[in-house]
Amino acid sequence: MMRNHPPLNSGAALDVAVIGGGPSGLAAATALKESGTARVVVLEREAQAGGIPRHCGHPPFGMREFRRVLRGPTYAARLVERALRAGVEIHTGTSVVQVRPGGSLLVAVAKGVMEISARRIILATGVREMPRSARLISGVRAQGVLNTGALQSMVYLKNRRPFHRPVIVGSELVAFSAIMTSRHAGIRPVAMIEANARVTARWPSALYPRLSGVSLLTGTRLLEIHGERSVTGVTVAGPDGARRCIDCDGVVLSGRFTPESTLARCGHLEVDPATGGPIVDQWGRCSDPVYFAAGNLLRPVETAGWSWSEGRKCGQWVADDLAGRLPPLVSALDVKTHDPRLKYVMPQKIMLPPAGTGMVDLQLRVTRPVRGELVAVNGKGILWRQNIHALPERRVLVPIADMDCAGGAGTIQFEIREEIT
Amino acid sequence: MTLHQGNERIQSRQSTGDTVFDIIVIGGGVVGCAMARRFTLEGAHVALIEKAPDILDGASKANSAILHTGFDATPGSLELHCIREGYREYLDIYRALGLVHEKSGAHVVAWTDEEMDRLGQIRAQAHENGISDVAVIDRATLRKHEPNLSRHALGAVEVPGEGIIDPWSAPYVYLRQALANGAEVFLHREVTGGDFDGNAWRLHTTTGPVSGRLVVNCAGLFGDRVDHAVLGHSDFQITPRKGQFVVFDKAASKLVSSIILPVPSARTKGIVLFRTVFGNLAVGPTAEDQDSRTDASTKEEVLRTLIKDGIAKIPALEGMPVTATYAGLRPASEKKDYRIQVMAEKNWITVGGIRSTGLSGALGIARYVYGLYEKTGMTHTPLPDPALPKAAVLAEGAPRDWHAENHGEIVCHCELATRREIEAALSGPLAARSLAGLKRQTRVTMGRCQGFFCSARLAELTEGHFAVPMSEAIDDA
Ligand SMILES: Cc1cc2nc3c(=O)[nH]c(=O)nc-3n(C[C@H](O)[C@H](O)[C@H](O)COP(=O)(O)OP(=O)(O)OC[C@H]3O[C@@H](n4cnc5c(N)ncnc54)[C@H](O)[C@@H]3O)c2cc1C
Ligand SMILES: Cc1cc2nc3c(=O)[nH]c(=O)nc-3n(C[C@H](O)[C@H](O)[C@H](O)COP(=O)(O)OP(=O)(O)OC[C@H]3O[C@@H](n4cnc5c(N)ncnc54)[C@H](O)[C@@H]3O)c2cc1C
Repeated sequence: MMRNHPPLNSGAALDVAVIGGGPSGLAAATALKESGTARVVVLEREAQAGGIPRHCGHPPFGMREFRRVLRGPTYAARLVERALRAGVEIHTGTSVVQVRPGGSLLVAVAKGVMEISARRIILATGVREMPRSARLISGVRAQGVLNTGALQSMVYLKNRRPFHRPVIVGSELVAFSAIMTSRHAGIRPVAMIEANARVTARWPSALYPRLSGVSLLTGTRLLEIHGERSVTGVTVAGPDGARRCIDCDGVVLSGRFTPESTLARCGHLEVDPATGGPIVDQWGRCSDPVYFAAGNLLRPVETAGWSWSEGRKCGQWVADDLAGRLPPLVSALDVKTHDPRLKYVMPQKIMLPPAGTGMVDLQLRVTRPVRGELVAVNGKGILWRQNIHALPERRVLVPIADMDCAGGAGTIQFEIREEIT
Repeated sequence: MTLHQGNERIQSRQSTGDTVFDIIVIGGGVVGCAMARRFTLEGAHVALIEKAPDILDGASKANSAILHTGFDATPGSLELHCIREGYREYLDIYRALGLVHEKSGAHVVAWTDEEMDRLGQIRAQAHENGISDVAVIDRATLRKHEPNLSRHALGAVEVPGEGIIDPWSAPYVYLRQALANGAEVFLHREVTGGDFDGNAWRLHTTTGPVSGRLVVNCAGLFGDRVDHAVLGHSDFQITPRKGQFVVFDKAASKLVSSIILPVPSARTKGIVLFRTVFGNLAVGPTAEDQDSRTDASTKEEVLRTLIKDGIAKIPALEGMPVTATYAGLRPASEKKDYRIQVMAEKNWITVGGIRSTGLSGALGIARYVYGLYEKTGMTHTPLPDPALPKAAVLAEGAPRDWHAENHGEIVCHCELATRREIEAALSGPLAARSLAGLKRQTRVTMGRCQGFFCSARLAELTEGHFAVPMSEAIDDA
């Protein structure tokens, strides 16, 4: 499927290098080519481009992009095909190891390392799930504890299964993918456990475990993983605090997404501890304005379709920037939240009034179900307010154009007031 | 005793059942690996027997990876002697073996006035131990050395000679050097007993006997058990002491340059903040006595305390992502000092209770034990020109394999482990037989994502190699 394109080498005159060939990176690159940018490359470290959907062997993908319901791998292949047709050069097996000021990248390929540079760089490295260690889960480091992504890759990319009777931890949408993946591989999950009193994913999915014969235990916390070499069981605490052991031979740790922001974090770009992704303005521009970011790297977590559409827009903004049409990165206001009920707000810098292009909305998420008034304040007073009833799995959008821009300078803080409990 | 000219440079020569080795080393921990190397270099024909499928499966699996100077060891102790000798030899050989040593220095930081009062005593002990560059520094100097340290730090003892090493590559290459010079290794074989005929031992293992003239018991957490099983008695008892750790994201390693030690108590060196040569910053270990010799489980509450401790010392650690958590077990005995005993009439040496300084002391312990052996009248002819295998290059910032041509592919993206490195670790006499072993040899899955991205590829690449496979083919079952 890969078209012939010039090899990547240190001297190459690149207009835009996109790091990551998932839905957002491919969309950004395609949009750039469609708007007439000369040399656009996608640098993808895996053997195939397509990102996470490559190993989501289930529907629904592609409604927004192709107006039909596709399985992940088909969807990924189509995005790749479309990008290639538009003239994007996709370099797989190409890892970006370091980003440097001004747009130069240290890149590793099987032949060795090289340094390449481009006029603009788009980071589109996606999200991953939080591993066992970062969750501080008690127990031994037995074999058979995996994130959903690793399970999916084993099953759909390698036709292998790591266990037969796992416990699935979490109930975000991706946990239901874990059940589907398991069924596909002849794996029979013994239980799905969720620490909160309710399932995180929206209701149709909530029925799925029952339909699949997986017992769903809400209000149940994973306390410890047992087994010396391989997992032999887990201890959980139920809603009443009572502990019990569940026999199993594996654990799927699902969800709790974190942006794969290694490059930004270990490089020179500013990272927002709240999103875990780079700090961007409403054009997706990072603290070094040669760098942009798109897709789920910006924040955990949205669908492939959403990431794709963000990627497309980011591609257009980068094309605008190359044509000198973006306002310079000055006079932007910081947007933050210190309210523990709010998980993040993105973009973290905005220009008011909005300039006509750029993200239309600020994206926020709550950490738990919240009903109350969401307000944006700065030194001058309230810039925006609205009653919300928000759930952690749903994004909250705040139109940037609706913010009262008379407020002038100063950090904008989001907070919840008058919470109804 | 016949002199054995063991200078053949063959990778893995497997002797027939009736070979009588000069020396049998029981245990492939850091001490056993160093022991096998020393006796081989001195000209002996050595067998090393390890019960796990991979070496370094006991106490040596997890530690703080600090190469100690011995500044705080008990004056006059055997431990101090071995640490000093081990330190000296490590500095002599590490370059030739492709190892690393980052002389980061350490600060023993005082957080209270009482601790301030003890700094002088720590310096005095260091000087008595022969570490003469150790000095007390004031608050302002400490701040200059470690600007990210909390303002509550009052002063410190500076120990310039302390440093960090790769805790796995070092023992691996010690043993590799032994193997390259004629030693043999028997993995996945547990010593269960033995007979001594007055001249040589015939050790029973789970898969057949191994014979040798002298046995060096380096069974670490099982040292007393092995003495019991073979000799029928043991002069000491191991009570494992667990140490838990939290490893922070690589972004954190910028925050400190030296090893941050607390003012120690009699029981433990206390909770340390240290960088690893792999580019992370870690906090730990705890010191928790337990009965189990294998249970290296971590506890969420304890890990949270460690993180808090880290933040209290380096406030900028607040919110820093955690990359890994782990625990190690110290082979502690009733006494603090090493328990090294020669039973000359039984051709047996026990090297036990190497509690919390074995990584630093191993080379020195091996020399010391060889000296004891010579005192029993035994001698060999040292190898004139021993083979020098090179350790895998795994340290952050070193010229790793991914820099080089034709490494195949990068398999583990976080730690940048290549297919060529993995294939190398899966072959040869010390081939990884478990994911844990492969991790220690290549660092796969030890980074931020802990296997999210590469587990599937690894499952494929390791097929047929592991005692407990990572996965099975779906069609096969
Ligand atoms: C386990 C899991 C399951 C999911 N399931 C669904 C689902 O069923 N439906 C849905 O809509 N969404 C799902 N998502 C959300 C998913 O993030 C989006 O579908 C979508 O993939 C986001 O696109 P992206 O381009 O931002 O990132 P990704 O698709 O993650 O693509 C990022 C790409 O960047 C590459 N990359 C990363 N770092 C580098 C580097 N240093 N150098 C070179 N390349 C690099 C990666 O290899 C990857 O191909 C899931 C996410 C996860 C983690
Ligand atoms: C938390 C912690 C932090 C530490 N920090 C440091 C540090 O910073 N610096 C430092 O110098 N030291 C440190 N140490 C100490 C160091 O790790 C130990 O002293 C050292 O690992 C002991 O090694 P060993 O070879 O004696 O034992 P082990 O590593 O336990 O080796 C014994 C081997 O024998 C095998 N074995 C057991 N029974 C049998 C049998 N019957 N047959 C065959 N094989 C058998 C075992 O499987 C094992 O592999 C630390 C230790 C811990 C736990």
